[in-house]
Amino acid sequence: MRPAAIWVVALSLLLLFGLLRMPVEHSLEDTRKDANLHTVTLDISLRERIGQLSYAAALSGFRSVVAAFLWIEAHTAWEQTAWGRMAGLFESVTSLQPRSLIYWDLASWHMAWNASIAARENPAEPSEFLRLRAEREYHRLGRDLLERGIANNPDSHLLHERLGVMLRDKFNDHCGAAASFAAAAEKEGAPAYVKRLAAYELAACPGQERAAYEKLRAIYLLGEEERKPRVRTLINELESKLDIPPADRLAPEETE
Amino acid sequence: MTRRILAIASATWTELVRLKVFYFLVIFALLVIGNSFFLARFSFEEEFQMLKDIALGAMSIFSSLLAILATATLLPKDVEDRTIYTILAKPVSRTEYLLGKLAGVFLLLTLSVALMGAVFAVVLFFRTEAQLHSAANEMAQLPPAELTAALDRIRAAGYDPALLAGGAVILVKAWLLAALTLFISTFATSTIFTTITAFAAYFIGHLQATARDYWMTSTDSGFITKSLLAIVALIFPDLQAFNLVDDIVVGATVPLSLLWKTLALGAAYIAVYTALAAAVFHHKEL
Repeated sequence: MRPAAIWVVALSLLLLFGLLRMPVEHSLEDTRKDANLHTVTLDISLRERIGQLSYAAALSGFRSVVAAFLWIEAHTAWEQTAWGRMAGLFESVTSLQPRSLIYWDLASWHMAWNASIAARENPAEPSEFLRLRAEREYHRLGRDLLERGIANNPDSHLLHERLGVMLRDKFNDHCGAAASFAAAAEKEGAPAYVKRLAAYELAACPGQERAAYEKLRAIYLLGEEERKPRVRTLINELESKLDIPPADRLAPEETE
Repeated sequence: MTRRILAIASATWTELVRLKVFYFLVIFALLVIGNSFFLARFSFEEEFQMLKDIALGAMSIFSSLLAILATATLLPKDVEDRTIYTILAKPVSRTEYLLGKLAGVFLLLTLSVALMGAVFAVVLFFRTEAQLHSAANEMAQLPPAELTAALDRIRAAGYDPALLAGGAVILVKAWLLAALTLFISTFATSTIFTTITAFAAYFIGHLQATARDYWMTSTDSGFITKSLLAIVALIFPDLQAFNLVDDIVVGATVPLSLLWKTLALGAAYIAVYTALAAAVFHHKEL
């Protein structure tokens, strides 16, 4: 066979193989998307944030390695209390590894707790208004990270739980916290206390006292393990508040 | 036939080992052990995740480099040393010669990935045990149920059987790159050309899925753009399909069916590239 003919045959076989594997690869891609894998889009804004070299590495299949190095850089920024830089690095890390719960969790914690308090007590800023505004901005950043983390990892009880804690402690949003804890409790592997946390927050949510009472009562009646002092106290408070008839209240022996 | 292939594979293996390619394992070990000391300042979850990220990333880099560089030198070196003429003068077909060469590289890659995996497993074991030991001491006063739950969390963050699947995918990707490089070297004119072309294919292969999606879904691009994208999508391998490690290290569940299909796709690539290499090499003027 002439060399040119060999080339034509080889190239044709390569193209034929390409055509044959195309549907297979496409279906594999769909399977990966269904399993919530390979969901990362490496766009131009990420390239601007992480630099060309890191971007090239991420494109070449070393996304998680680049994320790990950026996380170490963020840790250094934390030690230097460079909060703005940390926020930028967290954006990049979570864009590169959106399936990593720990990155979302710790990044949101750094923003909503450490950076926000540092902003509120910033000695370089004389205006209290601006300090409080900066504090709220970091709370918002922390919340945003958790909400995006949940969107990328909808099955995670951890991120829902963390959002519940944040809404409760930083936003004083008890209704939102109750919904987050309730969502966490429905996920596989959620610890038992999350259900109680949902009921506690529901009790503090205006207009939801009846629903909270039903939930707390159901939890209480689950058994000795769930009969925590706070559950009992809240049930008693809600029974008074809702004016539950004495006959329908928990029996004294049940409340002891 | 098998005996002849094995004899060539064994000779190729010896030849590659004599090039002292295993020295990279020292670098790998230093990287993983050094990192494990540095990462000890982080929380155990951060530490384990980054240790896995860096170790598996390094395994992927080293195995890919080894696959391309070791394979790129095989044919030109044999031609230069004139050993290829001695071998092919014997009752050894060109296909057997190529299969033997490839088997030698596969053996090298398998042992390299296994050794890197073993180093990583040992470091991960010691770090996990150290974390378990310190946690058990710090939390000794906790009720037994809570202590067990905390220790189980550390164990789960450290040991993950899915890492073995990650190692398997890294190995298959390295084999694929070796087969692709061998195919390139059958028509290449020099080692440098083979190496550069293989690296270019490596980078383009990671963008192949993007080209394929754009080709299949884009409606507003012109004929030339679409044709170029089609050529990229049809000729180059989809190497992103083999990047399951990024998801495995963060504990994402990779369905078993997806893993098997990915490994089967890798096997199909290897078979096709090897067949093409054999076809081109069969008619090559030596």
